[in-house]
Formats: sequence, structure tokens, C-alpha cells
Amino acid sequence: MSSKNGGTEIERLSGGDMLLRALQDSGVEYIFGYPGGSALHIYDAIFRQKKIQHILVRHEQGATHMADAYARSTGKIGVVLVTSGPGATNAITGIATAHMDSIPMIVISGQVPSPLIGTDAFQETDMIGISRPIVKHSFLVRQCSEIPGIVAKAFHIASSGRPGPVVIDVPKDTTDPVITAEYHFPKSVTMRSYSPPVRGSSGQIRKAAEILLESKRPVIYSGGGVIQGEASGALISLAKRMNFPVTNTLMGLGAYPGDDPQFLGMLGMHGTYEANMSMHRADVVLALGARFDDRVTNDPSLFCPDAKIIHVDVDPASISKIIKADVPIVGQVGNIVEELDSLIGQEIEKNPQRYNVENLSDWWTEIKSWKEAHGLDHALEVKPGASILPQMAIQTLYKVTKGEAFVTSDVGQHQMFAAQYYKFSKPRRWINSGGLGTMGFGLPAAMGVQVARPKDVVVCITGEGSFMMNMQELSTCLQYGLAIKIINLNNQALGMVKQWQDMQYAGRHSHSTYSDSLPDFKHLAEAFGHVGLKVETPDDLEPTLEYAFSDELRDRTVFVDIWIDPDEHVYPMAVKGGAMSDMYLSKETRS
Amino acid sequence: MRHIIAVLLENEAGALSRVVGLFAQRSYNIESLTVAPTEDSSLSRLTLTTIGDETIIEQIIKHLYRLVEVVRVINLSESEHIERELLLIKLRAEGQARSEIKRTCDIFRGQIVDVTANSYIIQLYGPGEKLDAFISAIGKATILEVVRSGVSGISRGDKVLTI
Repeated sequence: MSSKNGGTEIERLSGGDMLLRALQDSGVEYIFGYPGGSALHIYDAIFRQKKIQHILVRHEQGATHMADAYARSTGKIGVVLVTSGPGATNAITGIATAHMDSIPMIVISGQVPSPLIGTDAFQETDMIGISRPIVKHSFLVRQCSEIPGIVAKAFHIASSGRPGPVVIDVPKDTTDPVITAEYHFPKSVTMRSYSPPVRGSSGQIRKAAEILLESKRPVIYSGGGVIQGEASGALISLAKRMNFPVTNTLMGLGAYPGDDPQFLGMLGMHGTYEANMSMHRADVVLALGARFDDRVTNDPSLFCPDAKIIHVDVDPASISKIIKADVPIVGQVGNIVEELDSLIGQEIEKNPQRYNVENLSDWWTEIKSWKEAHGLDHALEVKPGASILPQMAIQTLYKVTKGEAFVTSDVGQHQMFAAQYYKFSKPRRWINSGGLGTMGFGLPAAMGVQVARPKDVVVCITGEGSFMMNMQELSTCLQYGLAIKIINLNNQALGMVKQWQDMQYAGRHSHSTYSDSLPDFKHLAEAFGHVGLKVETPDDLEPTLEYAFSDELRDRTVFVDIWIDPDEHVYPMAVKGGAMSDMYLSKETRS
Repeated sequence: MRHIIAVLLENEAGALSRVVGLFAQRSYNIESLTVAPTEDSSLSRLTLTTIGDETIIEQIIKHLYRLVEVVRVINLSESEHIERELLLIKLRAEGQARSEIKRTCDIFRGQIVDVTANSYIIQLYGPGEKLDAFISAIGKATILEVVRSGVSGISRGDKVLTI
């Protein structure tokens, strides 16, 4: 149905069709979802259009992680569609995961018809209420004519400022195919109550430049904000100009090339010795899009005792929340680092005596001595006849994939080994649940990346514990031909829990093992129609991985079950309640 | 220290629950909270009193600003302001106590707005401290019911909280 109005054609659409049209007009290519009663009008609208492809998952949590990783790997916005009640509650873990890591995502949830809201109707749950603490914002649709405006606002809010998930709760009556309204999609969105910061204060940027030019022991500490804010290029330019050491948070890996000599590796609880020592001894810390998480700082009262802190973040609430910033700068990290870099460049050009990269040679000597003493490079000692070390598995994977894979992980020891040993050279290639620490994230995340990047090699590094939390999605892999490669570091236990029990509970492994009841993963993968491989000895590791990533298996989902040394721990590990310099370096030694 | 924070927010369903939820979620304390639409019915004005040190108040204000429906926030306690709260109190008023209560009420410039053979309802407004003082002067023994509106506040002089 359509009518002419001043030469422009105005269409009348039902709420379901409006929703799909508004998603198309927002540039959406994929929806990850699962149908159910309250969402059926919307599903019918999906059926009647061609532009957006829907990926049918096997559990709503899978849909959220796929959409989340789709967003992380592309910078676009991930879209999820679930039904009311259990569909909505199953999405909660994934929404919380995206919220903690500031990932732009839209979650559309069906809701019972408006007149039934509040009556404890079948499959009714208060989605707006349940999701409130874990969303950037949420909308409840009241009538179908509101839908295009709400969708436009939701996309604007999810992707601007500090990004985050936005929920749109859609009562079934508002998508009724019989009720139509005029479709108007707003060309731009302005909201008087929402205007995220863009540029940093030039006075503060100047102050930061002065401090950096005077620094003797500087460190750049960069986080997920540099990746989200597309600021990697500016970061590299500044670091190179100044010859500054760079460390990345777990969320920030890839923002600075992992194989660059100025890169210190990850910092924090399982960060490298040299990264944590450098932070502790620094006289200036330039924090970019990072939030001084407790997994980084250890005890905040002992954090960086000699350092002036310059903190750049788009979210004012992140600044001086844990660690007081000496120079706070609020705005988009990309703009600010570019300005800072060009200001310093001009300053040095005007006055070349002002800064010489050789100024830092004593600092670099000290850093190199830390690296030589306890760096990750020579931590591995392989005894003949021993089992595969998990670190070796990651190093071999890095070699076989030439460091170019998109890597997702689950949560636990394998995640830390991956972060330590896979040297990410570009942003958006390392995808993991940093803030919430969601086991079960890795497999659907890899699928979301593969949907976004069908030609790239996508690897899920997981452990058998995490994998079994969402393994139903193997079926989705077959349906859509998602040829991801799953690297399962199988230690027959919840490795990180067990490590803590070894270190803090005198080795009492309370409910962290299940070795006599694990499935045969090779056959499990085969039962789902995929390729299953098993590796038990160090000699088989590289050939098996070569085969898994060979052209022969390019179009297949491959599960590689690697049996690793079950007693291996992740080191370094922060000593609880200490400074960043307080670390366990092995089972026998500490700093 | 006690702070009075004034918030202008979109007058939309669910906006208040986001503000209250924020305080619960981050373990910030709310002593009192009042909210009503302004002369522009698309906006609500909310006044809340909370207790915390500088760092906590700064975080509260920053987190309030993060809520998409919040338009503006000010900490009224940072400058000259007027605060008012309304008290409705029902008292047991029998025998000699009746005149004693009436006298105390007059001293505090309260008004008796309801009378029965053995009770009074008194209406009193002023800063929170004045209401506290009245309640303690009356004494717990005679109090039957207390209703306080929570604090409303506004800046003195030219300073205006508007969009």
C-alpha cells in the first residue's frame, strides 16, 4: 500500500515489515536469532524480504555471541532477534558480555502483546527490567509507527560514544500484519539528552604533550578503546615517534603489532614480566582507552607509585574511577592521539633539542634486562616423552596460520596462553570476553567472525570446559557452512579453577575435574558432520595443525582435540594484594 | 557528606527506574528522592540526597550523565541553594498534651490541618534539618505516623538548571 505525498512516495507498512525495512535502512546484513511465539510476525517479515540474511542458532546465547563477535571483527553493529520469555533471558549472558566490553549490538526481543504485559502471560518476562543494568539503553515499542525512529536511535546510541548493547522490546501487537502505519526512517538522529564527547580539550592535550616530552620512563598502556575507536594507526605513529614502550590490555591486543620490538606484551594478572615491571617503574603512564581494571592494577594503592597518569577515554565515568588521573582527557581516543602526536611532532620540529629518542636508552636497557630475565620466550622447557605444553600448541598454531588468523577464545588458561603467545599484528583479530569472562563465548564468536569474513581463517582457541557450554552451535556451523577451526586445549579439567586451587587451596580440586566423563571429541565433531582430529604427542602437533589448515579442509569445520599437560599453570601470575611488580613466575619462583 | 543532586531527565516510562537502578547497582546510597514533571511536560525534575565523599559524588554525577535519558545534572550542594521538604505528621493529642503540641507546632511555624478528639495532623515545611528538629522536639511517644516528601532543591540567584 502506498500513497503519493508531495512527489515522495510514502508507504504504509506493518510493524514487522517496518522493523525489517528500518534494519535494512540501517545497513544491516545479518540477523542472528531464534524464533518463537512473540517474534513470529517479525519472522514472517524476514521471510518476505531478501536483503537481510538470518542465521538460525541453536540457543539464544549463541546468537548474542555471534552478533557480538561480528561487531568486534568488523566495527559494524551486531543484530540479535529473540522471542519473549526464555528467548530473552537466554540472551542475557551475551548482552552482559557485550556490555562489559563496550560492544555495539542491537538485541530485538519479542514481547507478549501490550494488553497482556504485567499479567504473567505465557512466555512473559520483563526484558526491559531484566536487562536494565547490562545495556547502554533500551526501548519498549508502544505502537508500530514508532519502530523506524526507535531503530535509528538504537543504532546511533549503540555505536557512538562508548559503544554498548541496546535492547528493543517489541510487543507482538505492534508487529501485527493487519495494523499499518506510514514508514518514515529519520535521516539523522539528534537527542537533547545524548551527545557523546568527540574532541579532547586542547589545553589538556598540550599538558599531556609536555609531560610526555619530559618523561624518562614512559609506558603507553592501551586498551580496547583503541580498537573500538580505530586509533591503532595513531597509536603506532606516536609510539614510533617517541620510541615509547607499549603494552596492551587483554582487550587491546592487536592495536599495536605483537611482533614489534617496542611491544612489551600484555600487562596485568597474566601479563609479561617486562610489561608489569615497566608499569610499576614508569614515571609516566599514558593510558589510552583502558579502564584500570582490577585484573590490570592489582592493588590500586600500590599501583605505579612513581607515575604521572595521563588518561584518555571517551567515557568520563572511566576516568579517575579506580586510579586518579593527573591529566584526564575526555573524547574520542583516535582524535586525541592524533592531535597529541602532531602537537609533539611540531614541538620537536620547532625545537629539536626538546626530545631525542636516545633519551630513553637507559629505560630500554632496563626493560630488555627484565625481558631477558623472565620473558615468555624461554619459559618453555620440553622434556623428552613429555606431553604437549599448551604454550607450544599456541606457538605452533601461530606458525601454521602465519599469525594472520582471526582468533576467538573462551575463558580460562587457554585464553591467557592465546593472549600471551599468539602475537596479534592487527586490530580486531583477537576476540575474547575480557570483562565478563564468559565461558561458551569462543565457538559462537568464531562463527560470527566467519559470517562477517567468509574468506578469512577463523580459529576458536578453547578448552573442553568452555567448549561444552555452547557446543550445540556445531549444528549451526554445518547449516551455514562456517568453516571455522576449533583448537581445543584439552587438559581434562577446568584448568584455571584448578590452578587457583593448586595455588590457594593446597591442591584441593573441588569440582574442577571430570576426566572420566568427557566425550570423545573427535567423534562428537564427526557426529555433527564435521572433521574431528586428535593430537596426543608433541611430534603430531604441527603436522595435524598443518592438515587442519590445509586447502583440503578449507571448507570444513574442523575440531582439533589437543591433549595437553594437565598440570601446567599460567605464569606470570599477579600475587594477590600486591603491586604490579609482584608476580609468581613459575611454580617455584616469584619476583 | 550529604549532597543534594538535581537531575533533569526525559519524562519517559522507565527513566526513573534507570536512575534508581544505577544507585542500587553501584552501591550508592539514596537518602531521599522526589520527582515530578516540570513546566515542560516532556521533562521531569528529580532531586535526590545522597551521602558520599568527593570521589563518590563525582562518580555518581558521571554515571547519571551516562544514562541516555538524563539531560542535565547539578550538585546543588556545591553552591548557594534553597532546600525544602514537606512533613505531614499524625500525633496522639489528648488532654494536656494537646496544648503543648500546639505550642511546639507554632514555634516551628507548622499548621494543624486535621483535628480529631485525640489526634492532630500537622503540616510543616522547611529544610530537612528543621523537620528533624521538630520530630525530635515532639518526641517519639506521641507520634502515630510520619510522612516526609523528600528534599526538593533549587539554586539561588541567576543559576538555572534547564535545557
